[in-house]
Amino acid sequence: MALELSGVTKRFPGVIANNDVSLSVAPGEVVALLGENGAGKTTLMNILYGLYTPDEGTIKIDGEEIDLDSSADAIAAGIGMVHQHFMLVPVFTVTENVVLGQEPTGFGGVIDRDEARETVVEISERYNLQVDPDALIENISVGVQQRVEIIKVLDREARFVIFDEPTAVLTPQEVEEFFGIVEGLKNDGKGIIFITHKLGEALEVANRIVVMRGGKVVAEVTPDEVTRQDLADLMVGRSVDLTVAKGDAEPKSTVLVVRDLVVLDDRKVKAVDGVTFEVRAGEIVGIAGVQGNGQTELIEGITGLRPPLSGSVLIREEDVTDATPRELHRLGVSHIPEDRQESGLVLDFTVAENMILDSYYDRPYSRGLVMDWGVIHDTARGLVEQYDVRTPGIQVPVSNLSGGNQQKVIVAREFARDVALVIAAQPTRGIDVGSIEYIHTQIVAKRDAGAAVLVVSSELDEVRALADRILVLHHGKIVAEFAPDADVTDIGLAMLGSHE
Amino acid sequence: MTATKVPEKVQEPAVVRTGADERRARIIGVILMVLAAVVLGVFAFGVPSGASSTFNLSLPTDAIQDISVTFNSRLFSGVAAVIIFALGVERLRRRNLQRTNTALAVGLSLFVLAFLAWAAADSSFSMVGMLRSTVISSIVITLGALCGLTCERAGVINIGIEGQLLTSAFVAVVLSSAFGTWAGVGGALVVGALLGALLAWLAIRFRVDQIIAGVVINILALGLTSFLASRVLSEAQDLNAPARVPGFRIPILADIPVIGPMFFDHTFFVYVTFLLVFGLHFALFRTRWGLRARSVGEHPKAADTLGIDVLRVRYRNVIIGGVIAGFGGAFLALAQISRFEENMTGGIGFIGLAAMIFGRWMPFGALAAGLVFGFSGALAQKVAILGTGIPSEFMLMLPYVATVIVVAGLVGGARPPAADGQPYIKQ
Amino acid sequence: MSEPGTTEPQDPGPPAKPPWLARATGVGESTLRALVLPTLAFITALIIGALIIAVSDVDNLRILFAEPGTALGNMVEEVARSYRALFNGAVGSINAISETLFATTPLLLAGLGIALGFRAGLFNIGAQGQMLIAGIAAAYVGIYVSAPAIVHIPLTILAGLAGGMIWGGLAGVLKARTGAHEVITTIMGNFIALFLVQWLLTTEAIQDPGRNNPVSAALSGSAVLPRLFGSEYRVTIGFLIAIAGVFVLHWLLFRSSFGFELRAVGSNPQAGSYAGMNVAIVVTLVMALAGGLAGIAGANQVMGLPPFKASPALAGSVGFDAITVALLGRSNPVGVMWAALLFGALSAGGRVMQGAAQVPIDLVVVLQALIVIFVAAPGLIRAIWRVKGEPEEATQLTTGWGS
Repeated sequence: MALELSGVTKRFPGVIANNDVSLSVAPGEVVALLGENGAGKTTLMNILYGLYTPDEGTIKIDGEEIDLDSSADAIAAGIGMVHQHFMLVPVFTVTENVVLGQEPTGFGGVIDRDEARETVVEISERYNLQVDPDALIENISVGVQQRVEIIKVLDREARFVIFDEPTAVLTPQEVEEFFGIVEGLKNDGKGIIFITHKLGEALEVANRIVVMRGGKVVAEVTPDEVTRQDLADLMVGRSVDLTVAKGDAEPKSTVLVVRDLVVLDDRKVKAVDGVTFEVRAGEIVGIAGVQGNGQTELIEGITGLRPPLSGSVLIREEDVTDATPRELHRLGVSHIPEDRQESGLVLDFTVAENMILDSYYDRPYSRGLVMDWGVIHDTARGLVEQYDVRTPGIQVPVSNLSGGNQQKVIVAREFARDVALVIAAQPTRGIDVGSIEYIHTQIVAKRDAGAAVLVVSSELDEVRALADRILVLHHGKIVAEFAPDADVTDIGLAMLGSHE
Repeated sequence: MTATKVPEKVQEPAVVRTGADERRARIIGVILMVLAAVVLGVFAFGVPSGASSTFNLSLPTDAIQDISVTFNSRLFSGVAAVIIFALGVERLRRRNLQRTNTALAVGLSLFVLAFLAWAAADSSFSMVGMLRSTVISSIVITLGALCGLTCERAGVINIGIEGQLLTSAFVAVVLSSAFGTWAGVGGALVVGALLGALLAWLAIRFRVDQIIAGVVINILALGLTSFLASRVLSEAQDLNAPARVPGFRIPILADIPVIGPMFFDHTFFVYVTFLLVFGLHFALFRTRWGLRARSVGEHPKAADTLGIDVLRVRYRNVIIGGVIAGFGGAFLALAQISRFEENMTGGIGFIGLAAMIFGRWMPFGALAAGLVFGFSGALAQKVAILGTGIPSEFMLMLPYVATVIVVAGLVGGARPPAADGQPYIKQ
Repeated sequence: MSEPGTTEPQDPGPPAKPPWLARATGVGESTLRALVLPTLAFITALIIGALIIAVSDVDNLRILFAEPGTALGNMVEEVARSYRALFNGAVGSINAISETLFATTPLLLAGLGIALGFRAGLFNIGAQGQMLIAGIAAAYVGIYVSAPAIVHIPLTILAGLAGGMIWGGLAGVLKARTGAHEVITTIMGNFIALFLVQWLLTTEAIQDPGRNNPVSAALSGSAVLPRLFGSEYRVTIGFLIAIAGVFVLHWLLFRSSFGFELRAVGSNPQAGSYAGMNVAIVVTLVMALAGGLAGIAGANQVMGLPPFKASPALAGSVGFDAITVALLGRSNPVGVMWAALLFGALSAGGRVMQGAAQVPIDLVVVLQALIVIFVAAPGLIRAIWRVKGEPEEATQLTTGWGS
């Protein structure tokens, strides 16, 4: 009853995403698929779920070859997938999301709501996945949303379940609960593939670990054979420094003061509910917390992108609560946005144009209406070299660059000036390990040069590695402060809202 | 293995009143007070103190005759002014968002009634006649809105409704003149569907921007129908003489005063439209078809991963929308105007889009919005007849100004389907 | 190893072979491709137009089954006559060329305005209304102000510019402050402007004293645009103003800081906000500018077209034709220039075609719409003519009704 991929190859223009990959999962087995961003894991799983067709290779279940041309085929074959970004319709209820695509219907296609609800309740009780069947997805927490995704998969009688980065959005406690769910599925005879880039989790929960790099499988091991360092080296292909070299902080004067800040989200709900903290020059303050607890709105409130409802923001004692992004820019604030493609870059613009995206209006790049393209291009060339941005040239659209290099363009743009305050939101989301190392080094260097740094990240490891002080954000409030060497469990509890 | 915690029953999060809401309430409050002043100054004191207005509430053809309301114009307007003013004051003090919309609706209704009382001072006018033509004027708008929301619920913006209405009107007229009403209607439905298919094809297969595709279809439709009208209809006049569509009184219901002639004495087009509103609502929110269509409009990727054919659903919805628009064109040409004239739609397709937005992309909302816009059109016609000294051009502007006010004032609260307008790129 | 980017690219299949024409003539493949598709689009549109002409002759259709030979012969002859008239009217004589340039002028001006809007992600469908308001404003200044031509003409043009800017700016303000989608507000603006102008033209202040219908008095001679090539040929200096507009707009879009903001907001307004741009102001200004350009077109219509009076028909169908011009020109000022010339030629030729061959000028509108469809969906042309090539990118300019 095993699921086998043999010799799977998938090419995209300019890159071989999967190169002769073979993988198998037996029922009741948990296989962790490990690799850094861009290693080809997601492509492989998309093939398994029918979203891509392999150029070469076969997929077999129980020794029989199957053709997966669509998700429907995969579902029919007993393969279920819980995606990294949930595939849930926010304005539908839990029940509607679970039955979508195979709704129980009566005459004329009318949906039998009672039967649908029954199904959800039954599965949720059998596998201990408590959910409120009538809740709207947009009103429930991320952890509960994940349970809905699992119920979806189980409702389709999946024999094999693929999890794509399932713990990225969970608190440490929720991660434990999740592992419990995985145990339950395993004991029920399901075969599980678990994509992750988190070494510790792979070691904890998997029966076998498959490491991918550059589109190939480079190792297949069991947890008792390897250490975290071994895995990291295998993932990257060289010795990786798992820690950030960081001297002690020498904080000086206070730069940023946030006092009793209240910010509403798009639905007019309080996303930030009375937040107070300070950041001093020469220190890195990290805000930890699961995505969706107000981080986005907090950053937007501080950086002038969303008017706060009440409270105040001061930069070097100047009240900037209602300042515009441009005024903040002039005051020496730099902002690395959490979504580089949506906010940080104009993808149609060239690398050079993106390099001056928030400075174009001022000398030396322009005087009044007239822009000086010569100076702009010179500056861009210099920055590309200085920050090691891999690009064919400065006149190519920035959309051609990889995620890591796009982020480097933003970092170059933000760090190349004299800044008093750095605000970095999810600075290394979705980029390769090499770029991550580079950006972390740059952030620490800015701190040492005297800037005040605020890092907001849902990756607890990143916050612990970078921050000199850790604040935990939960439901829009700062609930705790920790030193960077504090116990992970304690921080995790705070992230969940349980604290003393 | 740790048991997962049982979450409490999920509550809707508390919505906070913002500064923007308060400002809006204040602005509306001031507007209401100004309206009250106009009602008092112009409508109340602009008529002689003894003048009385009569609103006729029955038609000569009604079962129950001679129902009318006569009242002192000045008194009526005076009372209306007081109420409107009170509403305005309350808005300035209370500032509750929900009530603001209601207050505005009530205030405007009273304003219109006072206006009519003023216009009909010392004479009478057929209120029921105006209400009846409201319904008739609203049909094309409602159908346009229904077409629009059928497409947009699946994530496709249809700006080409105007062109669909115009082209199907042309086809309906020609076929009806040659072969009778049913041929005309049938042809209109087919043409509407074909233009919908063209829009869908351009937008889905070739990923042309949906708004551009719609605009170009409108231009094409205008050029083609004008060309054919000049070339063919002016020569063959007999092709511009569609068969008469008989009206049908629904027994008993049509005898109810006011409501009867308003809703239950029309051509079959009107009844089908009402049924369509119910049917579409039911289909969208209670059937499998509707759930899948809406999922495609909200989160096509999610639908795709569950085995739903996103592109096919979009084609299907846009074509169904086209059929609805075709029906609207047939009504316009065969029952409402009864001939084809160049550019006879005159922007009504766009008013339909505004009605769709006003109606929050819901079928019943489309009906209500259609009636509101239809009323503004009927009001314009009626006032021109009543001869109030207001230049007719300003009354003709009314539906279009109303549209602008609607999209400017009320869009903020509504949320269109999340994936509206975005082409779905299948990997 | 770099990741393939967040949108997984599609597999384009084996590389395309060069079209036979490229191999035969040795001309560079990409140059050919840039020219081949628009040319094929034009030809295909003409073919469909021919079919429409042939099929819409009702008298001919009646005898089609009785005497197929005669009928078909008639059809061919009719199409030939029509297209010959079209061609002659467009470029067949000096006068024709003058007429072409004359027709191009308002198309180019309004088209530039609409293209500017597209670049900022805005759909200005209101050129018609903007031209009307501008025309009336120009008429007022043209009638009531006394000044030598050297002052009067720029002043009148400015009045038109202002009128258009106000009308377009209104839609911009509505969008910026309330999120009202400009497609609806500008189209409504067209109708409101029409009725407003109709009414204004019946008021004493501006109505032609000799007439009862809505038309203005004639503009003073000092407000009339001088003709470029002598009084025989209708093309005026308005054409030069339009061409100047092309250069100004090119500079504005691609070299100036405002153009930088405009393009950023058009491509990604969220990134624009983050970068400190005031999206609301950009939207308002762009709509005003676009309206202003349409306004100059409107002034041109009143100042350049005898009898130099304003009427509700002053905009003709320019407002809508200009949309097709902007689309065909791909929102690029130089592209818009060529597109305007082509459609101006069609328009001039169409008028002659209407007179000589009794084919209603609306056919030109149909041709324009078809050309735009074929250019916007190149896959269609490729499918019809079996030309290979790379899959085109989506030309997406909109993301729904949200502001």
